[in-house]
Amino acid sequence: MIKIENITKSFGDKLVINHISGVFEKGKPNLIIGASGTGKSVLLKSIVGLMKPDIGEVFYDGRNFYGSDRDTKIEIRRELGMLFQGGALFDSKNVEKNVMFPLDVLTKMSLAEKQERVNFCLQRVGLENVNSKMPSEISGGMKKRVGIARAIVNTPNYLFCDEPNSGLDPQTSIVIDDLIQDISEDLDITTIVVTHDMNSVMGIGERIMFIYKGEKLWEGTKNDITHSGVKELDDFVFANKVMNSLRGT
Amino acid sequence: MSIGIGSLFLVALVSTFMGAVTTVQTAFNMVSSFIPDYVISQVVREMIVLELAPTIIAVIYAGKVGSSMASGLGTMRITEQIDALEVMGINSISYLVLPKIIASLMMYPMLVIIAGVCGILGGYLAGTLTGIVSPNDFVYGLRSSYNEFTITFALIKSFVFAFLVASISSYKGYNTKGGALEVGISSTQAVTTSVIAVLIADYLLAQLLLAQ
Repeated sequence: MIKIENITKSFGDKLVINHISGVFEKGKPNLIIGASGTGKSVLLKSIVGLMKPDIGEVFYDGRNFYGSDRDTKIEIRRELGMLFQGGALFDSKNVEKNVMFPLDVLTKMSLAEKQERVNFCLQRVGLENVNSKMPSEISGGMKKRVGIARAIVNTPNYLFCDEPNSGLDPQTSIVIDDLIQDISEDLDITTIVVTHDMNSVMGIGERIMFIYKGEKLWEGTKNDITHSGVKELDDFVFANKVMNSLRGT
Repeated sequence: MSIGIGSLFLVALVSTFMGAVTTVQTAFNMVSSFIPDYVISQVVREMIVLELAPTIIAVIYAGKVGSSMASGLGTMRITEQIDALEVMGINSISYLVLPKIIASLMMYPMLVIIAGVCGILGGYLAGTLTGIVSPNDFVYGLRSSYNEFTITFALIKSFVFAFLVASISSYKGYNTKGGALEVGISSTQAVTTSVIAVLIADYLLAQLLLAQ
């Protein structure tokens, strides 16, 4: 479980995140949604420690990340897996080396053990016979899947996904969403997904936090989202033509 | 290794021609018949070892290797590869920048030595093949009034320049913000700043170590 308290972040005079608190439970995907530029990615980066908030605390199963010493922070970070918007695969390494990288630097596993684990993770995300391909030789959807394989290869306790479906076709998006949901349930890990894709929201939105102009306006599930009574959320949800056509049904 | 090997051809080519041109221009400026021919190779030796090999090659090194370091790190920054390392709990500066500085400190002095050899060889070929100076006079000039501190000085400069180019270029690349356009800007800034730093360091080292 991840708990955040009063996360506040500004860039110069611009307040990007304003006192956001919340709890992200384990075993199911927790979605942070909102329009582009509302501060979702900044919030996610504040949670994983890539961007220190001006105010606020982040607790990983009770461990205060920003209040910890360097060693504890590194220990917590080694329990994280993250899927970045563009995959963030290392250009100079092939698929296998990319997925193996966390094992190379963070574990003392033998090469055979690492190879076995990499193959297992690649199979888990539905990729086979791509081990020797370079990131430039695979599609956007495959990059995302390799990114997921790399994120889970060291059996993380916490998984973060930043816009996992951006730039993907609807079918591949569903595959990625299902994968994230399955992994969260199977590994019983705390997963936070930042997205503005309503298909994802309606597909895997077991717990949803809606951010508007840096503030948390609503929290709930996909079953409640269409009748939240929050105007800003309704504007966001029903901006999608398909969702709009279902309005009132 | 790619830092050194990748620059080898360019360094050899530039330094050979630098040596050749230095020989021809020195001969052109020696108008008095009282000055013996072997002075040409003395001038070539001092010019190449003291200044042209370490400094001009540093400018080329900044343009080739420095820009490559900055654009490589800049691309890693904007495509979130550096963030990926940080999230894994890896110190990205130690992992990405330190090896570049160490590789530069190891390879650049070797390039300077190769540049020195190629420069003198270029001078020898230009001088002897065109009849400006006889082979015996050229070799005699190389060996006469030789001060071994010039080699030490050139190597000290090469270590300082290697550190400056690698650290400035890495800093510019690592701190890139934005997109592809900013990667290009970082790369250009890395080269410009490195060259300025090399020239300032060149003067300071000469003042500190050579001034009587």
